[in-house]
Amino acid sequence: MAKKTVLRKPKGFLDVYKHKPGAEKDRTHYCPGCGHGILHKLVAEALEDLDVVDRTVLMSPVGCSVFAYYYFDTGHFQVAHGRAPAVATAVSRANPDAITISYQGDGDLAAIGGNNILQAANRGENFVVFFVNNAIYGMTGGQMAPTTLEGQKTTTTPYGRNPLTDGYPIKMCEVISQLYAPVYVTRTSLHDNANVRKTRNAVRKAIQNVKEKKGFSFVEVLGMCPSGWKMSSTDAQRWIEEEMIPVFPLGVYKDVTDEDRSSIDRPTPVHEVDRVLEALDVTTEKAELLSKREVEPRYANPSIRASGFGGQGIMSMGQAIARVGMKYGYEVSWLPSYGPEMRGGTANCSVKVQENKIGACEATEPTVIIAMNRPSLERFEKILQPDGTIIYNSTLIEVEPTREDAEVYPVPITGLADDLGNTRVQSMVGVGAFAGVTDLFDPEEVIKLLPEMFGSKASLIELNEKAVRAGYEYVKENF
Amino acid sequence: METVNGEREYPFCEIDPEECKGCHLCVSSCPAEVLEVSDNLNSKGFHYAEYKGSGCIGCGFCFYMCPEPGAITVYLKDYEPGKAV
Ligand SMILES: Cc1ncc(C[n+]2csc(CCOP(=O)(O)OP(=O)(O)O)c2C)c(N)n1
Ligand code: SF4
Ligand code: SF4
Repeated sequence: MAKKTVLRKPKGFLDVYKHKPGAEKDRTHYCPGCGHGILHKLVAEALEDLDVVDRTVLMSPVGCSVFAYYYFDTGHFQVAHGRAPAVATAVSRANPDAITISYQGDGDLAAIGGNNILQAANRGENFVVFFVNNAIYGMTGGQMAPTTLEGQKTTTTPYGRNPLTDGYPIKMCEVISQLYAPVYVTRTSLHDNANVRKTRNAVRKAIQNVKEKKGFSFVEVLGMCPSGWKMSSTDAQRWIEEEMIPVFPLGVYKDVTDEDRSSIDRPTPVHEVDRVLEALDVTTEKAELLSKREVEPRYANPSIRASGFGGQGIMSMGQAIARVGMKYGYEVSWLPSYGPEMRGGTANCSVKVQENKIGACEATEPTVIIAMNRPSLERFEKILQPDGTIIYNSTLIEVEPTREDAEVYPVPITGLADDLGNTRVQSMVGVGAFAGVTDLFDPEEVIKLLPEMFGSKASLIELNEKAVRAGYEYVKENF
Repeated sequence: METVNGEREYPFCEIDPEECKGCHLCVSSCPAEVLEVSDNLNSKGFHYAEYKGSGCIGCGFCFYMCPEPGAITVYLKDYEPGKAV
C-alpha cells in the first residue's frame, strides 16, 4: 500500500448516504463524540486499505448502530436484536470469500444476543465481531447493559447498579477467550490517541484474519456514549480511562492467529445442487405439466390468506393449494406464520399461485381469504383487496363478513368434515371449497397429491379424498 | 483557511464546518494545539472546530479521533495538490 499523502473520508463509506432519509445525506446520525463514529471510520479505512470493500457484508445490529447500512459501501443485513452472529454465520458459510462483519453493541451482544455470540465464537466461524462496549443501552435512552459498571447510574438503575440485584459487569473478552475456537480476542479503547491507534491496528488485524480465513476474531472496543452518560465528549474519554478500564482491562486476551489450527478448518460448503436434491430425495425429472384452466379474471393469479386456529390444518391447506398450482406450471409460494402456541393459538399462511415470478411471498393484500374461525375473518377481511373473495367456515363463524364489496362464500367446513367422521380433515374440505369457488384446478389433482402430503396411510388418504370432494361439491351445489 | 499569501502549507488540516458536530475531540487530541473551537455556529447550531491555519504537524490524530466520516481531511507533508488520492 502506497504511503498516504492525505487522510480523508475512507472509501469504505458511501460518498453520499443515499439510503438515509431526510436532507442530511452527508453526515451520520450519531451524537457528537460517539464512539461508534470513530470505530466506523477505522473499519471503513481498513476495508479500503485491504481492498475488500466490494466483498464485505456487514451486519447492522439493533442499537445506535442499526443504521450502519446508511454509511458503509458494503453489502448489508440489518438483523434482529442480538442475532448478528447467526446471520453472519450464514453469510460467511454461504460465501466463504466474503469479508463478514458482525457489528454489535453491548446490549445487543451481551444481553439479548449473549448465547448467539457464544455459540458462533465456539464454532470458530470465519467472521469478525466489532463489539462496542459503552456500558449502556444507548439507543433506547440509557438503560443498564450487562456491561454497566457497579454503582453506575442508568435509567433502570437510578441508585446505581447493585451487583446483588443486577449482577456484575460481564467481561466478554474474558469469556470468549476461554473458548478454544476463537483465534483473536482483544479489548481496545477510543479514549485517547494512542488507544485509537491500537484500535486501528486491531481492526486491521481482525479483518486480515477473515481475509485469510483464519476463523473467529473478536474486537471489543470501549467507546464513548456522551449522551447516555450525560457528559461532554472529553469527560466521556476521561470516564473510560478512570472508570471503565479498571473493570475492563485493555489488551490482547488471545491470539493464536499464527498457530496452525487445522481443527478449525471448515469443510467448504456444498453448493452442488444434485447432492442436495439427492439428500432430500427429490427427483429432478420434470413432471408433465397439466394445461392451465380458463379462470375468471377475479380468481386468476390469486394471492391467498388462509387462517384459523392452530390445529385446523391451515398450513396443509395452503400447501395443498400451492402444490397443485405447481402441477399446472404456475409460480407458487407458501409462507407460514405460526402463532405462539401449536394448538389453540392462531395460525395463518400466505399462498400465491401466479403466472409471473413472485417477489414478496406475504399476501399483504390478499385477493382471497379462507377464514376458519372468527378472529381470522375479522383480522383478514380488513386487508382483503377491493372486490375480493371471502370463503369462511360457517360452522364456527356465526357472524357475517362486514366487507360489502366482497364476494362471500359461507361453507360449513368443519361441519362437512365432522359428517365424514373426523374434523381433522377440515383443511382438505377448505381446499375443495377453494377449488369449487375459483376453478383454478381440478380437485382430483389435489387428491392425487394426498399420498405425497400425508404419507401412505390408506384410511387417512381416503378420508381426505372425501373431504376434498365434499368441499368442492358443497360449493358447486349451493352457489 | 489559507495562509497569508493564499497558499496552503502542508501538512494542512481542513475541517468542514457543516459536517462538524462540535464534540471537540479533535481539539483535545491535537498535540500541536492548532485546532480551536470557533466562536461561530454552523447551520445546525454547533460551535465547529477550526484549524488555526498553520502549525499542523500531520500526525493525523484529529482525523482518527473525529467520529464524523468526512468532517476532517488532513493533507500530509508529501501531499501534491491536484493529484488523485
Ligand atoms: C427484540 C427487541 N428487544 C428490544 C428492543 C429495544 N432495543 C432497541 S436498541 C436496544 C439496546 C441497544 O443497546 P446496545 O446494544 O448497547 O447498543 P447502543 O445503542 O448502546 O449502541 C434495545 C433494548 C428491540 N429493538 N428489539
Ligand atoms: S446515544 Fe450514545 S451510542 Fe448512541 S449515538 Fe449517541 S453517543 Fe452514540
Ligand atoms: S493532524 Fe495532528 S497536528 Fe494537524 S491538526 Fe490534526 S491533530 Fe493537530
